[in-house]
Amino acid sequence: MNQKFGIKQVVAIGIGTALFIVLTNAQVPFLIVPNTALQSRVAVLTFFSAIYGPVVGAAIGLIGHALGDALFYGSIWWSWVFPEAVFAIAVGLFSAKYKVKAGGFGGKEIVLFNVVQIIGNAIAWILCAPVLDILIYAEPAGKVFGQGALAFVGNIVVAGVLGTLLLVAYSKVGAKSGSLTKEN
Amino acid sequence: MAGSRLLTYKEKDTWIHRLSGVTKMLFFLLWSITGMLTYDTRVLLVMLVFSFVIFWMSKTEWKQVGTVFKFILFFLCLNLLAVYAFAPHQGTEIYGTMTVLAFSGRYSLTAEQLFYEFNIMLKYLTVTPVVLMFIVTTNPSEFAASLSRLGISYNVGYAIAIALRYVPDVQADFTKIKHAQEARGIEMSSKTSLWDRLKKMSMIIFPLLFSSMDRIDVVSNAMELRGFGKHKKRTWYMGKKLALNDYLTIAFVVVFMVAALTITFSHGSRFYNPFV
Repeated sequence: MNQKFGIKQVVAIGIGTALFIVLTNAQVPFLIVPNTALQSRVAVLTFFSAIYGPVVGAAIGLIGHALGDALFYGSIWWSWVFPEAVFAIAVGLFSAKYKVKAGGFGGKEIVLFNVVQIIGNAIAWILCAPVLDILIYAEPAGKVFGQGALAFVGNIVVAGVLGTLLLVAYSKVGAKSGSLTKEN
Repeated sequence: MAGSRLLTYKEKDTWIHRLSGVTKMLFFLLWSITGMLTYDTRVLLVMLVFSFVIFWMSKTEWKQVGTVFKFILFFLCLNLLAVYAFAPHQGTEIYGTMTVLAFSGRYSLTAEQLFYEFNIMLKYLTVTPVVLMFIVTTNPSEFAASLSRLGISYNVGYAIAIALRYVPDVQADFTKIKHAQEARGIEMSSKTSLWDRLKKMSMIIFPLLFSSMDRIDVVSNAMELRGFGKHKKRTWYMGKKLALNDYLTIAFVVVFMVAALTITFSHGSRFYNPFV
């Protein structure tokens, strides 16, 4: 499904990025710490990565985060742009296994998706983001690891709850593969 | 309302507007990388002056960027306070000396800390005007077209062009869905519990995402019918050749970057230390 990079992938990157940018503004702050909130755009990124695979996911993460930050905040925090792509790649790598389009996103797939999602978020926000913050911006370690941990918690909630629900719903909309029965 | 704060391109006639989108992107990328890497106060101050001069030359009006700018300043203050709260002695650690100005104990205020946070502030302020300027002076279609001149696959250019093209449409959908849900009596403000807010967020995202999936089908079918991706190259209506000014700008930013980084790293550290 994801082997070919065709027209659909190009358009998916475009529209996915537009969604991601628009939803930059729709977030629920849960503590007064800069740059941490329940970001609804994470659900979109998770959804597109799970359906269209790592390349589309990474592109939406990179372009969407950079453009979204620039358009809404006027500055780009590069050390948080790249972890977004890391997360999308992690989720996207297993996209064929979730069987979303084939209509088979059920119990086993949901567990797999959530395990991948949590590991991906951990690598991205507990490891990559703080380390890049320290390397690029020389910010104090305590602060950035604190922010990273909060982002990690917020993102696994959004990806786990909204992401899972969206994928289940979308999986039901499409026709199940092998759902046709032969008439005698 | 969502989106009223969004920065957009505005047509004007200055030499900055006439530059190719690629030149401006290169300038903005190299400039922000330089700003990211250096902690040398002298370099940052020079960059700050340049940023504001360029910003002034682009004839950008305050009302185009004012709200965003205030928002940035607010976040900057929050961030500076957070740095102090989490690491009140980061400055001492970096500069190696300790000059206590006020208070005592864990939250004693040192000159080193103030200087370190002043540098963080400079870093923000040197990059911000350039980002703002890049957005308000670059025509999105022209930008996508000129990306392919850099030898980047036109798939990438097209993906970016589609993204920029559909931001207003998706934004309109978002507002429509939000109003529809509010008309049904669903409170969208932030007065309820976290779980409730998450549920309400999903009431916008579900319809928005599914209508976007339809849109992907429609757009990709339309592009397929017109033979997109058939050939290795394609031509662009908005494409522009690089002119003399483009080369001069690129040359300037490259030279500036090399010089800034040479000065920054010449004394073995990213930090300029006035304390020893």
